[in-house]
Amino acid sequence: MSAGLSGLRAWLAQRLSAVYLGLYFIFAVLAIAVHPHLSYEEWRSWLANPWVLLATGIFMVALLMHAWIGVRDILLDYVHPLWLRVSAYGLVVMFLLACGLWAAKILLQASGL
Amino acid sequence: MATPQRPVFLNLFKIRLPLPGVVSFAHRVSGALMFFGIPFVLYLFDLSLSGPEGFAQARSWAGSLWLTPVIVLLAWSLCYHLLAGIRYLLMDLDLGIDRKASYLSAAWVAGLALLLSLWLLLEIYL
Repeated sequence: MSAGLSGLRAWLAQRLSAVYLGLYFIFAVLAIAVHPHLSYEEWRSWLANPWVLLATGIFMVALLMHAWIGVRDILLDYVHPLWLRVSAYGLVVMFLLACGLWAAKILLQASGL
Repeated sequence: MATPQRPVFLNLFKIRLPLPGVVSFAHRVSGALMFFGIPFVLYLFDLSLSGPEGFAQARSWAGSLWLTPVIVLLAWSLCYHLLAGIRYLLMDLDLGIDRKASYLSAAWVAGLALLLSLWLLLEIYL
């Protein structure tokens, strides 16, 4: 993943994911603003909507990719010993993959499967 | 005055960054904060969908006093990162890249992010 996302492709992926994350955030904030006192049933049925599920699933993938590229850039700038940086990369990737699996589990349950 | 001692080590605390530099660094800080916030938000998300009791619990935790610093930091990070990010996307399109415009937009991003996160926090707490 890191080799495939180096340089220009990472730059582009960071910007494309940023646009999606921004749009989703605005959509989510508007949805919250329109329904200030949400009940559990409303919350659940809103997330069981296939379109909301799909948009949220894409959001999670975009978020994890965006986080990976961003944190990778930060580590590249501040952590200079190679062994330490590579170890940090490993920890970050494991952390993000765990978050991704967790999110997948939540969304699968929300879909009612 | 004696000649300066060599080598000169840069002291990050003695460098006075211009405003666009501060905005850039804060973009990193807000991104890093949200990185650590992912499991916290996923936990609340999972809990809120686990059933009516979980939903009520997630809501009361999100509004609880001892989690206020976390919620405030995450709300600010989200709003700030979004606005600063939009600024960078516009700059990628060659918009507002001269010195005066970049200072002005940096100030707008910093100010608007405070207002937007304040509004988000009011939505959460009221």
